[in-house]
Amino acid sequence: MPIISRGFGGRRPSGDHELPPGQYETFDFPVLSAGPTPHVPLDEWEFTIGTETGTEYRWSWDDLMALPAETPTVDLHCVTKWSKFDTEWRGVSLDVLFEDVESAADFTLVHSYGGYSTNLPLEDLLDGKAWIAYGYGGGELPPEHGGPARLLVPHLYFWKSAKWVRGIRLGLEDEPGFWESAGYHDYGDPWREQRYQGD
Amino acid sequence: MAGAAVPGRLGGRLRWHTAELVERRAESATAATLVFDVDGWPGHLAGQHVDVRLTAEDGYSAQRSYSVASASGGERVELTVQRVADGEVSPYLAEEMAPGDLAELRGPVGGWFVWRTEQTEPVLLVAGGSGLVPLMSMVRTRRAAGSRVPFRLLYSVRGPADRLYAGELARADPGLDVTLLYTRTAPDGLPREPGRLTPEDLVQYGWPADFEPTCYVCGPTGFVEKAATYLVMLGHAPERVRTERFGPTGG
Repeated sequence: MPIISRGFGGRRPSGDHELPPGQYETFDFPVLSAGPTPHVPLDEWEFTIGTETGTEYRWSWDDLMALPAETPTVDLHCVTKWSKFDTEWRGVSLDVLFEDVESAADFTLVHSYGGYSTNLPLEDLLDGKAWIAYGYGGGELPPEHGGPARLLVPHLYFWKSAKWVRGIRLGLEDEPGFWESAGYHDYGDPWREQRYQGD
Repeated sequence: MAGAAVPGRLGGRLRWHTAELVERRAESATAATLVFDVDGWPGHLAGQHVDVRLTAEDGYSAQRSYSVASASGGERVELTVQRVADGEVSPYLAEEMAPGDLAELRGPVGGWFVWRTEQTEPVLLVAGGSGLVPLMSMVRTRRAAGSRVPFRLLYSVRGPADRLYAGELARADPGLDVTLLYTRTAPDGLPREPGRLTPEDLVQYGWPADFEPTCYVCGPTGFVEKAATYLVMLGHAPERVRTERFGPTGG
């Protein structure tokens, strides 16, 4: 039996998009991060994938720009309850970056300039599900939204889409990241409302 | 924030608690403090937030997150809600909900943007508008604990009518320095011209970086972005600058 808040009307969702449970639609683009925005010069920027055996794969900014880009249009769902539909991005599919990586790992820990980290199963980064995004809405990705480049994994809560992404470390075991160590859900599926540990 | 694993798993605090509104106070023309009596509330740390769930009679429900304004401890939870024009939830909370009405609360949530009474370093609080709310919980927690940790609060607000907790912050609280930074309209006789937060404000009214304060910045995105950037520019280590941002849809 839900507890009724007397006099609360609320606003029913409109349009053809379906909202995950507990979410509401927003039309601006809220910013959430735990500390100051890091600023990384592009000539110092690099992205690495490290395997469980210690092998490192590296891309400079120019390397990244030389890779084939995609322009996904996706919905975003933030654990703080907003959802934003039909956002337009430009970036490199992680399928491209992982193509030549040799690994037996099932888990990844993504880390960022500024010290942020988040964990995801490797399979959630593959098969067209994730990108290293550097463009947003037809322009560059603004620094407060994770520019110059961020991870984009739209099928999970948006804290998994690490801003200012710096690298991905593959591991044989799951290791919690920043918010996961602070009580947020290990996986974060918005459709199953996996907000916090125990959900 | 490198290596800043935060202890305090949420464990059993995940269930929804029934919360009864027992008191409401106007804080400004557009904000109200709601005092909830929450049966079995596990308590919170200063700076944490809660999820609020409202359900309409036909079963439709909406959830939002709000920072807790009250000092840590006890079964009462005070939220200060700024009415957001065209908001779905905040107009109900800030204006319509009456004592005796029910909501559901879950939490507390967040282990990073918190101040614990065991901390001994100086604290800088930088608030933009209703970003003052979680910082006020820190001020109240410090006072309730009899802590002598020096606090400085810089509170950027449009004008005198927009101030939250004006009476409480005007009273003397030893070891807490409060500086109001008016952005549009300032009372007569203040030396500072109305305007947005500047690096000079942080130099003049904050702490020198070599005192190694922990800085808590909360407010709208643009404000937090600027304040945190200035603090780093002034030499504060990024891992000592903790931020919480909200957009206009936060209500």
